[in-house]
Amino acid sequence: MTREIGYLEALNEALLAEMARDESIVLIGENIRGGFRPEAMGIEEAFGANRIIDMPISEAAMTGIATGQALAGGRPVVHFQVSSLIFPAFDQLVNQAAKLPLMLGGQGHIAATYLVMGCGASGGRAGQHSDSPHAYLVHAGIKSVAPATPGDAKGLLISALREPDPVAVFVPAVAGAIRGPVEAAADPIPLGQGVVRRAGGDVTIVAVGQMVADALDVAEALAGEGIEALVWDPRSLLPLDRDGLAAAVAATGRVVLFDDTARTCGIAAELAATIAERCHGSLKAPLRRVTRADVTLPYSAPLEAEVLPGRGHLEAAVREVVAWVPGSSSVPG
Amino acid sequence: MIEDGNLDPTSGVALYRRMLRLRRFEERVVELLDANEIAAHAHEYVGQEAVAVGVSASLRADDVVTSTHRGHGHVLAKGADMAAMFAELMGRESGCNRGRGGSMHIADLSAGIYGANGIVGAGAPIACGAARRFRDSGQDRVAVPFFGDGAMNQGVLLESLNVAAIWRLPVVFVCENNLYAITSPISEMAAGELYERAAGFGLASEAVDGMDVLAVREAAERLIERARRGEGAGFLECRTYRFSGHFTAERGRDFGYRTAAEIEDWRRRDPLDVQARRLDGEEAWGTADRAAISAEVAAEVEAAVAQARAAPWPEPATARDHMYARTYPGLPAGPRG
Ligand SMILES: Cc1ncc(C[n+]2csc(CCOP(=O)(O)OP(=O)(O)O)c2C)c(N)n1
Ligand SMILES: [Mg+2]
Repeated sequence: MTREIGYLEALNEALLAEMARDESIVLIGENIRGGFRPEAMGIEEAFGANRIIDMPISEAAMTGIATGQALAGGRPVVHFQVSSLIFPAFDQLVNQAAKLPLMLGGQGHIAATYLVMGCGASGGRAGQHSDSPHAYLVHAGIKSVAPATPGDAKGLLISALREPDPVAVFVPAVAGAIRGPVEAAADPIPLGQGVVRRAGGDVTIVAVGQMVADALDVAEALAGEGIEALVWDPRSLLPLDRDGLAAAVAATGRVVLFDDTARTCGIAAELAATIAERCHGSLKAPLRRVTRADVTLPYSAPLEAEVLPGRGHLEAAVREVVAWVPGSSSVPG
Repeated sequence: MIEDGNLDPTSGVALYRRMLRLRRFEERVVELLDANEIAAHAHEYVGQEAVAVGVSASLRADDVVTSTHRGHGHVLAKGADMAAMFAELMGRESGCNRGRGGSMHIADLSAGIYGANGIVGAGAPIACGAARRFRDSGQDRVAVPFFGDGAMNQGVLLESLNVAAIWRLPVVFVCENNLYAITSPISEMAAGELYERAAGFGLASEAVDGMDVLAVREAAERLIERARRGEGAGFLECRTYRFSGHFTAERGRDFGYRTAAEIEDWRRRDPLDVQARRLDGEEAWGTADRAAISAEVAAEVEAAVAQARAAPWPEPATARDHMYARTYPGLPAGPRG
C-alpha cells in the first residue's frame, strides 16, 4: 500500500520498522528525545529509553561512541542535527570509522549509520548551516546515499540499517517540506542503484539529492518548448551506479550535471570523470556542470542565489548543451 | 558613548539603559523576522542581558570577545553599531559583515568582536589564540569567549580551558548557564558544577547570579583585571535563563522540556526589573526618568532600522568576494564555468 507522507515521517517509519526487527539498533544524537525531531518520534515509547540516547553537545564523542558500540555488536544510528556538525566529528568519521575495518584486517566491521540532517541551503542559514558535505565523506570512503524523495528516504535508510559498514544518509535541509508516495511496507532500496526520474531523448540531467526536484521542474518547463530531458538520480553516491549513469548518458549524448556540493572535487566532478572515462563515444556535446560555487555560502539572499546551483543556471546549461554543434565553444558560456 | 545617552557610564542607570537597548533590539529583530525582512531565524538573547552588559562593562574597547549563535546581545554590548547590525540581519551591504554573515556570524573586528558563531564551543580556542597573541606581543588586552552551558561538553572547549591555564592566558571564559541546550536540560547533560570544571584546570573560577547585572560586572571585573595583570585566566559561570524558546522557530510550539511555571519564576527575576528595583529610590534614577530612557532607546532602534532599510543590497556579482584575501584566475569557481 502506498500513501503520501512527508520525508521526515518516511525516515521515522524506516527507523521504527528496523528497530522493531533488529534490537541492536540504537539512535544516538542531540535533542532527539521529546518530539523536537519528527524523524525520531515514538522511539522511546516503542522501544524504551535505552534505544534512543540524547547526547551532550559532543559530536566527536558521539561518533566514536557509535564506533565502539558497533565493534561491540551494536548497530548505532548517529543523528547529526545539522550537516556541518560532521566537521567537529571528522576525526572519528575519517580516521576511526572509515579506516578501522581495513586496518583491523577483517577482524571486525562497523555497522553504523550517520543520519546527516540539514544538507544544503534553505534560505538565510548562512555559512555554517548550509553545507552540502557529501563529498567529504565519499572521499573518505564512507558509503553514502542522498535520497531525493520520501520513498527513497525510507528505502535507502532501511538498506543503510542492514549494511555491515558505515553508511551516511544525507537528508536535505528542506526535507520538512517534501512529501511523496511511500510504501507502507519496509522495502529496502539497494545501495548502488540509480533511477530514471523522467524519460527524455534530448538531454540528460543528472541531479543529486535535493537538486532532483528542481531538475524535474526545469525538465517540465523545457518540455513546453520541445526539449525533452531525461532526469537521472544516482541516489547512492558510494557505491555509484556507473552502469546506470552510462546508460542515462548514452540515451541522449548530451549531459548536464546538477549538484549542490562544491564545484572542485565535488560529486559532480566525480560523475564527470566517470562519464569522461566511460562514455566518450556517446557524447555529442561537452558536458556541463551546474554546482554550488566554491565559496562559503553568503547570508544575503541575492548573494545566496548567485552561488547556489539554481533552476536558472540549470536551464541555461541545458539550452547550451542541447544547442551545441561541432564548432561551438567548448567552454561554458 | 551612544549606548549611555547622557548618563554617567559607570552608573547603575547606564547599565539599565544598556540592557534595555539589548532587549528592544531583540524584540525588533523578531518583528522584522515575522515581516520577512530578516531571513531564517534568530536565537533570542532576551532574559540574559545582564551577562553581556555586566561583562562588557568591564572590558576595554580594544579587548576582544567571541560569541555564539545567541550573539546579538554580546555584539551590541561590546560596541557594534546598531544600524550596521540591523543591516547585517537584513542582508545589506552596509551590514557589519556586508550582509555575508547574518545573525550567527555577525562580527566587527574593529570593535573587538571576533564573531558570533554557528558552531557551539568554536569561539573558545579563537579567543585563546587572540589572548596568546596579546600576551606574546606585550599588549595588556584581554579576550573573553562567551558560550552556553551546552558548549561545556564540547571537547574543544575543555582543550581551551587547559591551554588557557598552562599558558596563563589573559582570557576570561564566560559561560551563560541558562539550564538548557535546546531541549536538553543541563541536569541530564553535564556532570558536576560547570565552574568547578574550570577550577579543576586551575583557573580562577566563580559562579554568579546572571540575572543581576551588578553581580556580573563585579565578578567580571575582578577576573578580567586579574587576567590583564598576567595573573592567569578566569572562568565566570553566569546563572541565567532564556525567556524565549531556543530560537524564533520554537514560538507557538511546546516541546515540553520546561514548564510554564519555571519560565514564570525566572521572569520574575528579569534582569531589567532587578536593576530597576535596585535603582528605585536612588537619586540618579529619579532624575534620569525611566520613561525618557525608554523613549530614547526606542528612537535609537527605529532610526537604526530605518537606516538599515535604506541601505543597498549587495551586488550579486560580488557573491564570490572575500573568500580569499588574494585571488587567482578562476578562483573561486562556479556555479557554472
Ligand atoms: C558543535 C555544535 N553542535 C550542535 C549544534 C546545534 N546547536 C545549536 S545551539 C545548540 C544548543 C546550545 O546550547 P548552549 O551552549 O547551552 O547555548 P544556548 O542555546 O542555551 O544559549 C545546539 C545543540 C551546533 N550549532 N554546534
Ligand atoms: Mg544553554
